[in-house]
Amino acid sequence: MSATRTRRKIPKPALVVERFTLPNGLRVVLNPDRSAPTVGITVNYDVGFRSEPEGRTGFAHLFEHLMFQGSRHLEKGEADKLIEGNGGMENGSTRADYTNYISMLPANALELGLFLEADRMLEVRLTEENLANQIDVVKEEIRVNVLNQPYGGFPWIDLPPVMFETFNNAHNGYGSFVDLESATVEDARDFYDKFYAPGNALLSVSGDFDVATATSMIENHFGPIPQRQVPPLPDTSEAVPTSERRQVKTDPMAPMPALAVGYRVPDPVGALDEYLAAVVLVEVLTDGEGSRLHERLVKRDRIASHVGGMIGTFGDPFDVRDPTMLQLMAYHPGGSADQVLAAIDDEVATVATGIDADELHRVQTSLVSDHLRRLDNLLQRAMFMATLEQQRARAELVNELPQALASVEAEAVVAAAEGWMRPDARAVLEVQPGAAA
Amino acid sequence: MSPARSSLLVRPELVGIVPDVPPLKAIKLPVVAERRLDNGLRVVVAKRSGVPRVEARLLVPAARNNSAAPPALSRVLTKTLLSGTPGRTSTEIAQTLQRLGGHLDAGADSDDFVLSGSALASELPAFLGLLAEVVTTATHPDDEVSVQREVAAQEITLQLSQPATLARHALLRRLFGDHPYGQGPPAAAEVQAVKPAQLRKLQDKRLRPEGAILVLVGDVVPARALDQAGAALADWSSGGGRPGVAKPRPAAPAPTLLVDRPRSVQTNIRIGGPAVGRSHPDYPKLALANLVFGGYFVSRLVDNIRERRGYTYSPGSGVQQNRRAAFFTVQADVATEVTGPALVEIRYELNRMLAGPLEEAELTSAKRYLSGTLSMSIQTQAGLASYLTMLAARDLPVEYLRQFPAAVEAQDEHDVIEVARRYLAPRHLRTVMVGDVGSIRAAVEAFDDVEVQPAG
Repeated sequence: MSATRTRRKIPKPALVVERFTLPNGLRVVLNPDRSAPTVGITVNYDVGFRSEPEGRTGFAHLFEHLMFQGSRHLEKGEADKLIEGNGGMENGSTRADYTNYISMLPANALELGLFLEADRMLEVRLTEENLANQIDVVKEEIRVNVLNQPYGGFPWIDLPPVMFETFNNAHNGYGSFVDLESATVEDARDFYDKFYAPGNALLSVSGDFDVATATSMIENHFGPIPQRQVPPLPDTSEAVPTSERRQVKTDPMAPMPALAVGYRVPDPVGALDEYLAAVVLVEVLTDGEGSRLHERLVKRDRIASHVGGMIGTFGDPFDVRDPTMLQLMAYHPGGSADQVLAAIDDEVATVATGIDADELHRVQTSLVSDHLRRLDNLLQRAMFMATLEQQRARAELVNELPQALASVEAEAVVAAAEGWMRPDARAVLEVQPGAAA
Repeated sequence: MSPARSSLLVRPELVGIVPDVPPLKAIKLPVVAERRLDNGLRVVVAKRSGVPRVEARLLVPAARNNSAAPPALSRVLTKTLLSGTPGRTSTEIAQTLQRLGGHLDAGADSDDFVLSGSALASELPAFLGLLAEVVTTATHPDDEVSVQREVAAQEITLQLSQPATLARHALLRRLFGDHPYGQGPPAAAEVQAVKPAQLRKLQDKRLRPEGAILVLVGDVVPARALDQAGAALADWSSGGGRPGVAKPRPAAPAPTLLVDRPRSVQTNIRIGGPAVGRSHPDYPKLALANLVFGGYFVSRLVDNIRERRGYTYSPGSGVQQNRRAAFFTVQADVATEVTGPALVEIRYELNRMLAGPLEEAELTSAKRYLSGTLSMSIQTQAGLASYLTMLAARDLPVEYLRQFPAAVEAQDEHDVIEVARRYLAPRHLRTVMVGDVGSIRAAVEAFDDVEVQPAG
């Protein structure tokens, strides 16, 4: 519309997207790219910690560990040996709305990578011994990342229970030790039967392959997996708060106070245009030293040493469903939580008075460039396309997001600030140093 | 096609079930264009057109030489380098970077200042101009210094609240003593006392092109990028050069150090000792020994203390390299109550490396992992930029990308055992632990002489 906008050159990626669905329901996205002799593979199962039943907190993550403990043809450890012993890397992650199994391999090992994923989709070996071992490992993971750490779980574990009221949205995705220790092989079997059906999964592959060859490999390895019933998505619906929700956590290991503030945002899937305005908004507020909150809190008021912001549980705005949060985090040794909150309110109010074209454009350029950087890594790209396809059936958004982000109007960013970043609709978590209460 | 290449790694029963894996393609060497400017700066450019961006690394020697660049000054300098020039305020620098789709971060490791950045490829000239502007004309304004030294002090406080950071610094101190490599971060108070004039002097003296390396990788025309870099940085007036951190002396034998962190629910075990870096003929063997022992998931250490015993989540080992010293390290964060048993198992696995034998599959796996992950690590613009910077800093040629896998391939079981005896022997290694000393002391004292560092 405006003259300035038409002059801007927004890079438009032209990544090839091929998709098909196997008769058993497995959805597949392929992105051939012959520029480097590497492939990135991910299988995303549409189950995350928001699907866990009460009394089984942390089970989705624990089960992710069990998926590495042996499959139809392979004993514990053999898949790892095959991946790493052929020059590849693998991992898994459990998120709010999905669990992924990822690998990056030299292109010559593509079929091996596909076979290994198919073999554990076909059957997972569940034994008492391996369950007990992985409960121990997960407890050490929680100790190293949360219990033995200052600011452990800040804010991904601690903020959701302030913002949300339902178990699905609020509970700790790492789980309690009591729940983890009471997990049984039978529970694991049920979880697998319920959530690990091929129709609940999406396979995404990027990299150096020929589509016809890869398709035939996928049909051969995944095709024989029997179709099973697909569970409904968990009910995560929840009203936006009508008054501020606030909690204080005392952290004996923390050397200085910290604060996390959460605001609900538009539905990432159902209201993408409005959601993108919130994605731009959080960059206006927190993208580096040129951002408004850094300028205000670190440089002008000098009450914070660091301020950051993001949308989504772990900072990827495109891998979550509704409801999720725009989160601001600050370490503020130089002032009180209320001073930080007042400054945030002030800056949000200023954004709501308008944002000029130059600021909008540079923030959009920065977002687009970050998006492109992520696409340069074949595995990151496969993972990105997997969540876009699984949650929106639109893997093509990898190509379209730069233009979509650059097209967000100033008025939409203003509306996002006014409509969603209201003091009476936010969740505030204060972390205070000191002895446990 | 070799028969059942994958099955070498698993049971014979799986032949015919697990797909065959054809041999890895040889690494395609990136085409690198290079120029040395009159002022001494070495510029290295490689084309990698995956996305329309460009990655940049500028490495300038002498970050942590105590006399040339005291740690507190280096620390603040890395923050105030982007805090103002005669033409731009800190905010304007940050906002300019946003306009270029760029980032620019300054840091310092034990040897060098490193500026690491990226931008849209179409903005390379402007990005290089900004890079040159901050490196050659940063003014370290008084008000910015007063903010940034406080921020730096707070960052140090946050870092030192992390048990893994405490453990790393305790080990480095044990290995290198008073040498710059043995020092942790400067004290917060030292950082807070830094004066703007000191920063300006340090910049003037040490941020110089002699011995510096600029690497650019991305969707660029190399010859043109060389010209653009030359134009942007030609006025960087010469001087500098490697001030030469002294080669550290071997650390004297010392008891196991227990750093008290009361109420810790884990013990951070760190074990380390002198090793060799990439330029040494032992390095390919050491890289293999490290992998087989603890350098990747299917290693002996991970199999033992994670997958069989569940003592820990992410144990491992590695070879780390500074310019004048390399060292081998083992790390495991274990539940407090299994500290003693974990120590036994770690040392058992180290000793098993010295005793041999190695299974053929272990060696094959480690060789293929090194080759495959090397090939993958240079596929991205950022990965290739970092790798080329590492090569340039060590005066290694780009052909190293082929020479290294070939050298690894040539090693046999005896080579690996021999090198393990040289660098992995527990009697040559130092041990430090961060944890609840009251709970772990007796278990550790059963094996080792112990020295306790009290909390705080």
